[in-house]
This record gives sequence, structure tokens and C-alpha cells, in this order.
Amino acid sequence: MATLATTVKPMGANARRFNLRRQDTIVGWLLIAPSLIIILGVTLQPVLSTLYLSFFDASTSVNLPRTFIGLDNYTNLLQDPVFWQTIGRTMYFMVTSVGLELIVGIGIAQLIHTRPPGWKFLRISLIIPWAVPTIVNGAMWGWIYNGDYGALNGLLYQLGVINKYIPWLIDPARAMNLVILADIWHTVPFVALIIQAALAGLPAELDEAAAVDGASAWDRFWQIRLPLLRPAILVALIIRSVEAFRVFDIVYVITHGGPAFGTVTISYLTYQETFSYGHLGRGAALSFLVSIFTLGIAFIYIRYVYRPGEGA
Amino acid sequence: MRTLSRFVLAVLVFTLSFGSAAYAANRAAAPVTIHVLTMDQAAMPNDEMDKVAKEFMAANPNVQVEMEYVSYDALHDKFVTAMATNPPPYDVIMVDVIWYEEFVKSGYLADVTDKITPDMRNNVFKTAWNVVTVKDKVYGMPWLVDTKYLYYNQTMLKAAGFDNPPKTWEELITQAKAIKAKGLADYPIDWSWSQAEAAICDFTALVAGNGGQFLDASGKPAFNDAKGVGALQWMVQSLNDGLTNPSSITSVEEDVRGVFSSGKAAFALNWLYMYQKAQFDTKESQITGQVGITTVPVFDAVAKSGVKSASVDGSSGFSVVANSPNKDAAWSFIQYLTSEPTQIKYSDSQTPIWTTSYTGDKLKQLEGVQGGSVIIPIFNEQFQYATVRPRVPYYLEGSKALQLALQQALTKQKTPQQALDDAAATWTKLGSQ
Repeated sequence: MATLATTVKPMGANARRFNLRRQDTIVGWLLIAPSLIIILGVTLQPVLSTLYLSFFDASTSVNLPRTFIGLDNYTNLLQDPVFWQTIGRTMYFMVTSVGLELIVGIGIAQLIHTRPPGWKFLRISLIIPWAVPTIVNGAMWGWIYNGDYGALNGLLYQLGVINKYIPWLIDPARAMNLVILADIWHTVPFVALIIQAALAGLPAELDEAAAVDGASAWDRFWQIRLPLLRPAILVALIIRSVEAFRVFDIVYVITHGGPAFGTVTISYLTYQETFSYGHLGRGAALSFLVSIFTLGIAFIYIRYVYRPGEGA
Repeated sequence: MRTLSRFVLAVLVFTLSFGSAAYAANRAAAPVTIHVLTMDQAAMPNDEMDKVAKEFMAANPNVQVEMEYVSYDALHDKFVTAMATNPPPYDVIMVDVIWYEEFVKSGYLADVTDKITPDMRNNVFKTAWNVVTVKDKVYGMPWLVDTKYLYYNQTMLKAAGFDNPPKTWEELITQAKAIKAKGLADYPIDWSWSQAEAAICDFTALVAGNGGQFLDASGKPAFNDAKGVGALQWMVQSLNDGLTNPSSITSVEEDVRGVFSSGKAAFALNWLYMYQKAQFDTKESQITGQVGITTVPVFDAVAKSGVKSASVDGSSGFSVVANSPNKDAAWSFIQYLTSEPTQIKYSDSQTPIWTTSYTGDKLKQLEGVQGGSVIIPIFNEQFQYATVRPRVPYYLEGSKALQLALQQALTKQKTPQQALDDAAATWTKLGSQ
């Protein structure tokens, strides 16, 4: 074949290769076109129309007039102390929730990785909190925290830790932390399983070599395995951070944003503005600001955590 | 293979043509379906509402009624979201008294002024018509006339040495202290002070009981004057004294019913619906037969001026959704649901809107229903003292600001004066827009 190729003009060969690649590209696009159209149709149109609405003083009712007000919705929000307090609360939720999930998740993943007796059962039972729908999870924890007949009160009372039932959710800061706890219980399995899968893919020789060289267990974990887990941690971090920033249903079900606005997150605020107060334009502007914030968070992660070339 | 594929093709063609013929036939005979969105456990329990729907369907075979129940706090938002589609997914909706102004402004409700006959006008409570009327036009049929009552645990009161329920809030505190001292209840009083409309209901009753008002005559907030602040200060104090259950800060009416029905509270404010469940339903209550119900107290100074009670109005109506393609069937169902015979038949959970029900034979019928001999007289006594919350289109947003103020005062983040002043500032801003 090689001899044949040298007798053909180089121009022609190049043209044939180019054609083939082009054909491949076209076929590729045609194959994904149907799903692409559906996805863009379902997500792009609402996104664009939300952006459009955010420049109007619009009511949720289609019967009321909509006046164009340019960037007023955005400037009003950015000057509103309630907005910044809510962003602050949401950031607290995100950082605490994701931070604790990572630590516990990596711990559990490491535990499974060492294959203790019953590790298969541990891995399977880990799915259960993750499988519970968030609404059900919220309702369940809401009842656990109930001040008059909650399970948490019952347990602590019987253990003798408290001598009187405590109304857990009436303190704003404590309510926030308890909602975070409910969220952590639900999503730790997700982080644990991602990290565990990555751990299983790490070459065992690195670990063994380090052990032979006299590295302690902690050093082996901290200096060798953890850096190699960077891509997996990044995946878990981005997905969980974006989800945590946008948290809504668990807050809605357990505390309805109370007490005293103590658990109002930015998504809850958006929902309230749009559907309870009917300020559709303001709600649209809020949604966009939320998107910009989450993009910013993802950008920071990729900039500081992602190291290209490590096979993410 | 070719015979097989031909056979398959034949089957496909046959099924499709039969299917479309059946579909066409089905469409021609399809009954009108109306979708009703209403509140979960409003006054009549859901199973009784379902019965009414069945009765209506039996009497009107070409109308299908599909009932949907959601909790009160979700009802408003669910409806508003649903109204974004045209035609709307609901034909009939239960509207709370505080939403009428907002929904009419948003164009969600059909004007039914010309469907109201003089008979209907004259035979229904005037205050009930006020609920569904906005700017002299009628947008629905009154259905529920309700107010909050003071419930008390008769056994606990007797055990503490009290033969009668309190007439003033000061007297209630005295009784509560005695009950707590005797160890009969850890927290004698339970309220619905969650960050929700429920708290505003309680606050409205307390402010009125202190001689104050929500808005003044010119529509400006008056709840932050001395009387309003005094009411809130009293609420905070009852928490400090350990007389009010701290869980009240996260409770709504259903939670109050749970706590009261399990015998943990001596006093509770709630709507009429709690009476049946707490007094007679052994599955729902541990204190059946021990429930007392009386008018809501007032503060001493107001009692001395001759006003016996102050409570809050929690009425609601049923309305036809504007743009509904089945307006006539919808109105027909509403008429049936709110008709005098239906209301009398199911009067164990709610009192009729018809003044004509409270005389003669019909009155005997009402009083013959389980609990009726207690409910009817107390309703007649209490209803005249029901304070109506402000009827403004921005009520929900204003109410939220006031809910926040109450919560901030109750969780000691702000003083009552400061919290109410901040809420008043929001109300003023909303009123000027």
C-alpha cells in the first residue's frame, strides 16, 4: 500500500482525508441534533425569556401591564441589604455543607477502600440516604427535629443528655445548622461514591512504594492519594457547590425560610418574590444573579483546583 | 417473513383506525370536567368535600368534578403559578379572604355580580358578601365564615381549681400560671406563631383585644402604636415566663391542634375545625370529651370599656377562574357546594353562611348535628367580634414583613417596638407604590 500511496498526488490524499473527517463531523452532528434541539428548546428558551423579563417591571399575572425599566431590577437588588444577607446565608450553607460532605465523604470512601469486613454492605447501604427524594428527606428531618414529639428529642431524652424536650428549630442559627445537617446526611453518599470510585482507580504501587520508603499512613493519604484524587474532588466539589448554592426544597419543607428569615436562601428568596409577591421581573433578575454567582463559583474552582493533564 | 411483516402491518392499520374511531366517539360523548383547587382540611374534611363532589356528579351526569387539595400555605403560590397557562388548569378555586384584592387586581377571578340573585343577597351574612366583593363587584360565592376561638382543656382547668374559662388575657395568664405550677402542663398555652399567615391571625386578635388596629382610618399602618407594641410585648413576655410553648414559634394551626389534642396544652387559639376533631374523634385526639370552646378574651382595659371579645376573621369563598372554558359548570358546582341544604348537611365542621339557617327547624337541624348545640351558639357570639385583616392587593408582601417582625421580636433579635416600626415602614412603602 505504501508504494501505491507515493504514486498518488499528495493533494488528492489530503483532500480524501479531509473529506472523511468532515463526513465524520457531519454525521456526528446529525446524530446528536435531535437531543440537542430538545435540550436547547427546553432550556434555552426559558433562560432567554427570563433574561428578557428581568428588564421589565412585570407581574406574575399576564393580565397586568409590563413596563420596561432596563437594569433597575438589578440595581435595586444589588442595593438591597436583604439580598446580600441572603447571599451570605446561602454561602454559609454552601461552604459548611460542601466542606463537611467532602471531609466525611472522603473518610467514608477511604474506609470502603480498605475493605473492612462488611464493606460491600456499607457501600450498598450508603445509597439509601441518596435514594430518598429531597422532599421526603426534608419532611423526615422536619419531624425528627419536632419540638414536641420529634425523634431527636426522644433519643436525647432517653439517653439522659437532655432532661426536657428542646424546640430545635426556633433559633434561626441553630435551624440553619440543622437544615445543613439534613442536607449532609442526604448527599454524603454521592461524594463518598465518587471519591471511592476514583480511589479504586489509583495505582496501588505508588502506595506500596511509599510504604516501603517509610511514609506514615497519614503521609501516604495526604501527600500521595489526596493529590491524585484532585480531579474527582473537583467534580464532586463543583456539582455539590452548585447544588448547595441553589438549595430550595429542603429549606421549604423543613422551615419555610423561618424562623425570622434565618433559613432563607437565595432560591427561596427568588421563589418568594416571584410567586408569593408576584414580582416576576425582580424574580427573573434574581435568577440571573444566582446563575452569575454559580458560574463564578465554578470558575474559582476550575482556576484554583483543576490541574490540566491529570486526567480529569 | 414477508407474510409476517404484512400481517404486522395489517394489525397496525387496524388498531390505529379502530383507535382513532374510538377516540373520536369518546370525544363526542366526553363529559365536561371541572378541576377544583381547594385547601386541605379547610373546615370540612377532605372526605366530606369528596362526598359533596360525588353528590353533585350524581345530580349532573355530564359534569365530572376533580378535586385537588393542597395545604393552605401552598395554595396561593400553586394557584398563581397555574394561572400562567391558558386555559388555566383549574376552573374553581377556594380563595382566602386576604387574597381577593390581589387576585382581582391580577385578573384571575371571574366577575359573577350578575349571577347573584336578590334572594342570595338577603339571605347570606352581610359580612360574608364583604369577603368576596371588591370595588362593588362580586367575584365569588362565600363559603366559609370562620373565626378563631379560645379552646381550653376542661379537665386541666378543673384540676387547677377553675370552674370557668378566662374572660380576659390577664385572667388567662393567672390560670396558666396555676396550671403550670401544679405540673398539669409544661407549657399551658400553645399558639401558631410560625413565620406564616397563622401568626398574623393571632396577632390581629391580640391587637384588637388591646384596643389597637392594624391600619388606621387613612390606611396607614397602626400596628406599631402603643397598643400594637403592647400586644407583641405581651406575646414575648408569655414566652419568657414559660407559659407559651416555645415550639409556637414554628407552629401553624395543624401543629396547635396536634399539641392540644395530645393533652399538652391547656389553652389554644384555633379555627372552628379543631372542635370536631379534638372533642369527638378518638383517632385524632387523646382528650375527647374534655374540650371547652369559648370566645377569645380581650385585655382588661378593653373589657372594662364593654367590648367582650376580639377575634380574627378567617373566611373564604369559592370563585370561578377567569378564562376557564367551563364557567357555567364551575358556577353550578359552586352553587351546589355553598347551597343551604349542603351547608346544613355538613355543618358539623363549619357554620352555614345563610342567615336563614339559624332560625326555626333549620336551627334545630344544626343543633342536632354532633357538637352543634355548642358550636352554633358560640359561633353566633364570636362572629360579631371578628376583625378583618387589611383588604389591599399587596397584602401578602406586607404580611410577610409583619411576620418577620413578629419572629424577630419572639426570637429576641429586635425589640417589639423596633420590629413593628420596621414592618410599618414596609407597609407604608407598599401603600405608596
